Amino acid sequence: MSQKFRTRSGGHIDRSRTLQFRFDGRAYQGYPGDTLASALLANGVRLFGRSFKLHRPRGVFAAGAEEPNALAELRRGARREPNTRMTMIELYNGLEAASQNRFPSLRFDVMAAAGLVAPVLSAGFYYKTFMWPAAFWEKFYEPWIRRAAGLGRASGLADPDSYEAMHAHCDVLVVGSGAAGLAAARVAGAAGARVILCEQDFLPGGGLLAERPHEQWREQTLAALSAMPEVTLLSRTTVFGYYDCNVLGAVQRVADHVPEPPPYTPRQRAWTIRARSVVLATGAHERFIAFPDNDRPGVMLTGAAQTYATRFGTRAGRRALLFANNDAAYDGLFSLQDAEMEIAGVVDARPDSAGAAAARARGITVWIGASVIGTAGRQSLHGVRIRQHGGDETRISADLLCVSGGINPAVHLASQSGTPLVWDDRLASFVPGVPVQTQHSAGAAAGVTGIAAAAADGARAGAAAAANAGFVADAAIDLPCGDAPDPTVLPVWEVKAHGKAFVDIQDDVTTADIRLAYREGYRHIEHAKRYTTHTMGTEQGKTGGLIGAAVLAEARGARVQDVGLPTFRPFVMPVTWGAIVGARVGEHYAPVRLTPLHDWHARHGATFMEAGAWLRPSFYRVTGDADDWASVLREARAVRRAVGICDVSTLGKIDVQGSDAATFLDRIYANTLSSLPVGRARYGLMLREDGIAFDDGTVSRLGSDHFFVTTTTANADPVMAHLEFHLQTCWPELDVQLATVTDTFAAMSVAGPRARDTLVQVLRGLDLANHAFPFMAVGDAELAGFPVRVFRISFSGELAYEIATPWGCGLAVWQAIMQAGAAFGIEPYGVEALGLLRIEKGHVAGAELNGQTTAADLGLGRMLKPRGDFIGRALAGRPGLVDPGRPRLVGVMPTDRSNPLRAGAHLVEAGSSTSLGWISSVTRSVELERWIGLALLRGEGRIGTRLQAKFPLTGEKAEVAVVSPHFVDPENARVRA
Amino acid sequence: MKAACWTSVAPARSPGCNEAARMIRIDCPWCGPRDEIEFTYRGDATVRRPDADASAEALHDYVYARKNPRGWHKEWWHHVHGCRQYLQVVRHTLTHEVRSVARATDTLDLPVG
Repeated sequence: MSQKFRTRSGGHIDRSRTLQFRFDGRAYQGYPGDTLASALLANGVRLFGRSFKLHRPRGVFAAGAEEPNALAELRRGARREPNTRMTMIELYNGLEAASQNRFPSLRFDVMAAAGLVAPVLSAGFYYKTFMWPAAFWEKFYEPWIRRAAGLGRASGLADPDSYEAMHAHCDVLVVGSGAAGLAAARVAGAAGARVILCEQDFLPGGGLLAERPHEQWREQTLAALSAMPEVTLLSRTTVFGYYDCNVLGAVQRVADHVPEPPPYTPRQRAWTIRARSVVLATGAHERFIAFPDNDRPGVMLTGAAQTYATRFGTRAGRRALLFANNDAAYDGLFSLQDAEMEIAGVVDARPDSAGAAAARARGITVWIGASVIGTAGRQSLHGVRIRQHGGDETRISADLLCVSGGINPAVHLASQSGTPLVWDDRLASFVPGVPVQTQHSAGAAAGVTGIAAAAADGARAGAAAAANAGFVADAAIDLPCGDAPDPTVLPVWEVKAHGKAFVDIQDDVTTADIRLAYREGYRHIEHAKRYTTHTMGTEQGKTGGLIGAAVLAEARGARVQDVGLPTFRPFVMPVTWGAIVGARVGEHYAPVRLTPLHDWHARHGATFMEAGAWLRPSFYRVTGDADDWASVLREARAVRRAVGICDVSTLGKIDVQGSDAATFLDRIYANTLSSLPVGRARYGLMLREDGIAFDDGTVSRLGSDHFFVTTTTANADPVMAHLEFHLQTCWPELDVQLATVTDTFAAMSVAGPRARDTLVQVLRGLDLANHAFPFMAVGDAELAGFPVRVFRISFSGELAYEIATPWGCGLAVWQAIMQAGAAFGIEPYGVEALGLLRIEKGHVAGAELNGQTTAADLGLGRMLKPRGDFIGRALAGRPGLVDPGRPRLVGVMPTDRSNPLRAGAHLVEAGSSTSLGWISSVTRSVELERWIGLALLRGEGRIGTRLQAKFPLTGEKAEVAVVSPHFVDPENARVRA
Repeated sequence: MKAACWTSVAPARSPGCNEAARMIRIDCPWCGPRDEIEFTYRGDATVRRPDADASAEALHDYVYARKNPRGWHKEWWHHVHGCRQYLQVVRHTLTHEVRSVARATDTLDLPVG
């Protein structure tokens, strides 16, 4: 069988070269210029797939993006892509595709037996049929439904190809390259506008490709466009979304038409296009008519059959019958006659018409006032039953039934942009109303049909769009001429007769399903849509959406235009996740921030953890560490017993300057900072305006009008925004300047009893003696020749110095300290040991500063200044926030010292299951050599009592003693040593 | 047991700015027209922080009471990936149309209707 359905000549295919391809494992041949669908039709293939729910045999129904049936799994292995429309797949040598949703084979499908139980699979069947027994859902119903109802299979493998994102600006974006789009682009381009013309097909021309007489104009116009340097034509590019401010999204299929993308070429490219003005020349989709068995392979849209014959040189059958309600469809049938197909006749729902007269003049039989009431054939059509005017029924032999119920202008993008849709009686369809963005619909998309009229309309729209962008279109361009048939339709939506009449062929939704939805109360189009799945497939109701609305309208006794269509939303066409995600996969998912010491950490065995965008060392594994805990405990012991060093470069750092800096910080922080002497640091706590604790850190005064503020790693950005908001909008009169200096300075904490001994060896220009540089002192110095600022602050509870140095000096300073501390056994310590040490000290961190706790809850209530305004002052005093019964910070230890603790466990009285609070942080104390934890516990006077720590998820239960949260050095003597 | 109980000091990483996220454009008085992805929405700009000696009730209204209008609304937008300035933006909550943009200290009235 070799392309026996080809016409003798013509079409936009290259008959001089043959392409080999496989469908369901079988070898076929086609020509360059074919789609997979046209090539299969040329080879006589009629059965393309099985339907979504009922597994009915299906053929190709359309010739473009609106195809509901002919979906295939394209390519193999990791490159397998499900649900591709065969009508959009450009044929290439070696293409491999497989049909979907059939088992075991397309011709013999056991699930087609579902047709016998079809009454069970009516609208809303998911909601009604599988309700009982509940246990059956997971084990039986869901797997069965997933197997039976579905589309293609994802490969399950990582996509080996790359995708990229592109941003573009233009004066005029033209969507669609049919007669209207080409004319618009040419006029706007000639006016000097920067034009982008997007065409989703691989061949520009739209409806012109099926119109031989206008081929010369198409070629001339394309040549003129390619000669304009400011005009960009993007073929294989689908504009899928129209957003606010004339921002549109498009996806360009760069390498879908070759077996695999060439080197350094993405498979697809996602475009974000910002246009001054937009011309929507998206054409129209032909709609069908609902009649019994209107889904049989061999039933096809009339325009599709015309396209296959004229553009692809392919006869979609041997003997064609037309069922139509408009004159325009007759032209399609005539083109089939011109392609030497046998014509069985025309079934026209209308009284006599110009089209019927023209058909008779061509020797074609026309049954006027007639309708199709059924089709015959199993896996492909061989006969059509019609009801003639007067009621007599006849059977007509045909293997191709062309259907035309009129056209639906492709208003999706216009509607997404906010343009209201208005009803056009002539077309019995919606057309765009007055746009709300700078935008023009043109040609068939605006309801203007016929090549000449559409081109003229496009030229008008192109000039208007150019004018929007400030260009004057005064050059005359050639436009095609000629008459077009009248597109007026007699609104025939449905032929009522026995059998399944589909309104959504892809989702197996019938007229009966819509009526059932109505009877069961789903009377709004949006409800009926969701109940029946009408228009919910990849086809999105392009061909049948309005028919379902019309059936619902009849049930409601309303007009179609009053029932309307479901809301159009992006995406107009299915877009692969790869194109949306672009390069943001794997480690490129989000930006990563690295400290200047990152490579050193990595070289020294660090395991990293994410902290916001940062990667921080969790701990350092060295030889001899039995497990992760061994590393963490070793590092923490080094700090308690000798000296450790920790990279704290990720802490947020803000430089605050200005004559009102002290006033500003007094208003931002809950405690007083204006009294801070120059050269000193102070712990600072800020609240949110609602009175809840927000963030903590240190504030250092470097000069009378110069402060340096640190934040937690996680809150660096929110704190900066918080400061800016209040400075700019609440107190703009204050003389204060803010600057983020987080990655201006590397910072490291040198902590432990030998910290001073370590630093004195390498630090110059600062006397570290306790009396000269006491706890909370700040001073500038030089370390190993590099400038540093030294803060005597401590998070670990040990004698500690935080060293800040310019980012680029970080590594040298770190290494100098490591060298100086070697004699004392200095160890680098990571975030886990840092957490261990702070829990031992009872310092709060993210688990306690959780957006629900007040200063008093955390034991910091006395920090709040008694006088003067500050953020959170008024609302922190609300009764609910000062209730003494609120959970307060306490310490907990298991009474059996060998027991572990678990964060998240609830604290209850023995024998009770009423939660009194929860454990927020736990660790293994190196000082006490047992598990300890911090908890938020309701009720006063609980320290010294015993409670149960329960973790119901695992059934764990352990007795704990409630203690002070300050496990180590409660007098805070070490930090002052 | 893995030592991971206290390390929730920071939220999980959020995805990088998504080129596919497209919305409104804001004409920053300092930087020129910019995409919404450069900004962070901060909230209602029709409420102003009460004076230093205001009551808890006044602060309560400032923090919680919102009109939630259907139509024109004045909002704070923070140009975080630009000039770091808070801008007053008059936006239509139904259509997203941005009618006017002003500096934080400018007087900006809502359109009528």
